[in-house]
Amino acid sequence: MCGIAALQLRNPSLHPRMGSLLSSMLCQIVDRGPDSAGLAVYNTPGLVSPGTSTLSLLGRDQGMTTADITSGVAALLPSDAAAAVQVVGDTTLVSAAVGTDLLVKAVTETLPAATVIGRGEHVAVMKSVGHPMEIAADHGLEAMAGSQGLSHTRMATESAVTAGGSHPFSVADDLCLVHNGSFSNHASVRRELKREGVVFDSENDTEVGARYVASRLQQGDTLEEALVNLGKVLDGFYTLVVTTADSMAVVRDPIACKPAIIAETDDYVAMASEYRALAALPGIDNARIFEPEPGKVYTWSL
Amino acid sequence: MVTLTAPEATAPALDGPTVVDLSGAPVRDLNQALHNAADGQSWTVTNPGGKHSLAVGINADATVTIEGHAGYYAAGMHQKGTVTVTGNAGVGLAENIMSGTVHVKGDASQSAAATGHGGLVVIDGNAGARCGISMKGVDIVVGGNIGHMSAFMAQAGRLVVCGDAGDALGDSIYEARIYVKGAVASLGADCIEKPLKAEHLAELAELLAAAGRTDNPADFKRYGSARNLYHFHVDNSTAY
Repeated sequence: MCGIAALQLRNPSLHPRMGSLLSSMLCQIVDRGPDSAGLAVYNTPGLVSPGTSTLSLLGRDQGMTTADITSGVAALLPSDAAAAVQVVGDTTLVSAAVGTDLLVKAVTETLPAATVIGRGEHVAVMKSVGHPMEIAADHGLEAMAGSQGLSHTRMATESAVTAGGSHPFSVADDLCLVHNGSFSNHASVRRELKREGVVFDSENDTEVGARYVASRLQQGDTLEEALVNLGKVLDGFYTLVVTTADSMAVVRDPIACKPAIIAETDDYVAMASEYRALAALPGIDNARIFEPEPGKVYTWSL
Repeated sequence: MVTLTAPEATAPALDGPTVVDLSGAPVRDLNQALHNAADGQSWTVTNPGGKHSLAVGINADATVTIEGHAGYYAAGMHQKGTVTVTGNAGVGLAENIMSGTVHVKGDASQSAAATGHGGLVVIDGNAGARCGISMKGVDIVVGGNIGHMSAFMAQAGRLVVCGDAGDALGDSIYEARIYVKGAVASLGADCIEKPLKAEHLAELAELLAAAGRTDNPADFKRYGSARNLYHFHVDNSTAY
């Protein structure tokens, strides 16, 4: 199975409630994937800030104190970069006022064993193994504000139950992808992408989907075009949600075995694997509720 | 644990339905109470919140109204009574229905009325993919559109669609009859259009009336089995 819950808030007055709304959605999809979970939150004060790049690193313990990481990273960056490190739940966040490429370079030199699970100016990504609601509580999701949020509960099929194998996969700036289903030809697409120079972090099939979308976006595709192209190249069962700094997209494979339901109001767009995850959202009684058509790409921009 | 009690079978009608609020009561208690229900009782379920397996396994001529959206497998294995969902229903609505009526006023997700043996399933809105898959005698009336692979391997019963049908309608169909008012994206293997004779117009009028619809039966087209697939052809004997 696997469960997905995603929320894009159109009305800024709802931004302070992003975490509590996403948490209520997540609570209802735990049954679909109790192995592990991941969260991505956009424009959450305290985690990211405008004009600053933030990297999300897997795990709270990077083998160095936060002070040592800060000074190690700062030493590799311009003096005005204001590097900062904080631990949130099972995630280490490293921020600095430089581009993400430069920050990734400084972090991987300082912490060669670190796995970068999120990058960008707007997004923070958190993943762990265990009960999804405990993971959400450890990271303090309930109190988080933000413009967009994405959560995934995983019932592992294609690769091991590890934090690294949890979704979302965030492999380009502010880009996140979550997946319910499985890609059957991920090994051959992975080989193609490797030939083009793409580097992978895991053996996970979904990472191939995320790397493919990132590669298409880099080549100039719009988000919608990238997902149409994904449908031509990747085979298998999927309901995908992809988020960028200001957009959210949903697509199901043409056979549409994997569920998805969308609720849209003037205030938000919410997508979940099952309606019950949407039931507690404000104004749900007057929302436009529909199931996305098979093989059709839906996008919404803030 | 909340204990729900059914109204006495002899209670005057003025008492109205028993109300079960699912924001407090567990689904298991609701279903147990419905399994114990007597003919003529009526129930209203509030705050369903998309919970799964609501009003499953009813075997009495009871009336149940679910006020809101139901989750997966609502009114599964239904017999005799009437279940109405005022909102949408999730995957597997009225799966394996034997008799009675299930009415959804909104949309239904995939596999509505799958393997149904009898009874009537009415969906006022749209139904998702695989509506009536492997239907074995159930009647289904959909006010809107239906998704792909609907009536796949359908064996008996009638499927009426007042909107459009998705790809591969009636793939590998045996003997069910399909009526579609709108466009059919494509027909599945061994499913063909068939003439709409007086007997079909009559049964279609009956089904539409049963579903509370006013569509004109003459606007529909009929589809069914070409019967080429399930009869063995001696010409194919060398293929084995």
